Amino acid sequence: MTPDAWFNPAKSNLFVIAAILVAGFVWSIQRARAGAPIKIRRIAGLDAIEEAVGRATEMGRAVLFVPGMRDMDNVQTIAGVTILGGVARKTAEYDTRLIVPTSRSLVMSTAREAVRGAYLAAGRPDLYSDEMIYYVTDEQFGYVAHLDGVMVRQRPAACIYMGPFFAESLILAETGNSVGAIQVAGTAQPQQLPFFVAACDYTLIGEEIFAASAYLSRDPAMVGSLRGQDFGKLVAMGAIAAGVLIETLRVVTGSVALASLSERFLRLFALNF
Amino acid sequence: MKTQVPILITMIVGASLVLAMFVPHSPFRTLDEHFSVWFDILACFAFVLGGGNLLKVHLRKVSARGKDWAYSAVTVASFLVMLVAGLFKLGAPSWDTDFIGDGTWFKAIYDATFAPLQATMFSLLAFFVASASFRAFRAKTREATLLLVAASIILVGRTPLGDTLTAWLPRPLEFLRIANLSNWLLSVPNLAGQRAIMVGIALGVISTSLKLILGIERSHLGGVRE
Repeated sequence: MTPDAWFNPAKSNLFVIAAILVAGFVWSIQRARAGAPIKIRRIAGLDAIEEAVGRATEMGRAVLFVPGMRDMDNVQTIAGVTILGGVARKTAEYDTRLIVPTSRSLVMSTAREAVRGAYLAAGRPDLYSDEMIYYVTDEQFGYVAHLDGVMVRQRPAACIYMGPFFAESLILAETGNSVGAIQVAGTAQPQQLPFFVAACDYTLIGEEIFAASAYLSRDPAMVGSLRGQDFGKLVAMGAIAAGVLIETLRVVTGSVALASLSERFLRLFALNF
Repeated sequence: MKTQVPILITMIVGASLVLAMFVPHSPFRTLDEHFSVWFDILACFAFVLGGGNLLKVHLRKVSARGKDWAYSAVTVASFLVMLVAGLFKLGAPSWDTDFIGDGTWFKAIYDATFAPLQATMFSLLAFFVASASFRAFRAKTREATLLLVAASIILVGRTPLGDTLTAWLPRPLEFLRIANLSNWLLSVPNLAGQRAIMVGIALGVISTSLKLILGIERSHLGGVRE
């Protein structure tokens, strides 16, 4: 392949897979826009957000929202800020104090836009203040120290963690637990999920954090994208089943033809970066 | 206009980066690197924004003598000390020395105060792991019991004690040795679960990216739908 080529043939397998998935998503979105009924399963963690905000309102305490430890170039942060919009809508409706400390200033700016929009949409722009969302530090444990301090001193009734989290996940969740806050967490970092599951009341596992915006807004196009995700899962399940079948038959029969097919099948999913 | 322009920029940049993945032709070949550099430049401005916000928030608390204002005073003082030490390279043997080079005040203060404080916060994790495990592993339900048994096998299997305890098992029952059970738990059920989660996450990332590129997802821009 020359560097001036307009297509890298080594990545044609990825291109085909991406094209199938994108086509699935676009088709699902179009169908949903056309009015096709789509059922969304209940996500307890997202339903719990309203309960958490309601509890904070009853107790006269704040809701603490933590959008994670990464910048706006991370898709989990974007998902976190999107959920923040939904949370802010609730805090605006219930007139509950919202605290959003951020570890990146770009996240602070974006979160302010999302929260301002939510307060406006809830018809309570008077309740919005830039001071609700502020920058702390980029340093991981400096940020954690601040959040722990906020939890211990201000004792928020609800702590919501949505975004990318690392070693700080358990420190935050255990501190929140110690102050008796209702806690809802969501991250796409598989290594941190057990910590959140152990210490929080509700946890959004993996993909659920990306489904949140569709779940909260119920916008047809957004809900359609969820069906697109399911279509992708169906493709993945089919590929796994086919791979298992081919490989099992190869081992059982010792067939050369199946060995060649198995190798080709594996190549289909090679990344070739 | 306030949301349309960012959506348009997201659309162009997102689509270009997807193309850059498959097109080796210039300018797509180096697009990824260029966008990373541009993001770094934006992030530099963001440091000023962040620093400014930090000062504004904490100076306001100090001047109002509000609750816990002393913490804000310490924050502002620490920020200014580190800023001056870094900007003027105090203690550096020459102006060419990096501000975090050996002998600089910045490095000395960082090593003497910030690093131990950071280590202290991190070491809290050990205690929190113990308290969270205690709660999670109480065998109140069938799932919790399963978790307790699996965790105990993995914990013991990762220590020399695990090897010693079941070393007497004969070769046909070798798979029952705790170390082997521990490895099996990690590499079969645990890995299968993790991979299932990873597939879901990958599809979620694709879905969110597409929604951003197509302009369907805009609530992060303040465009909350009714």
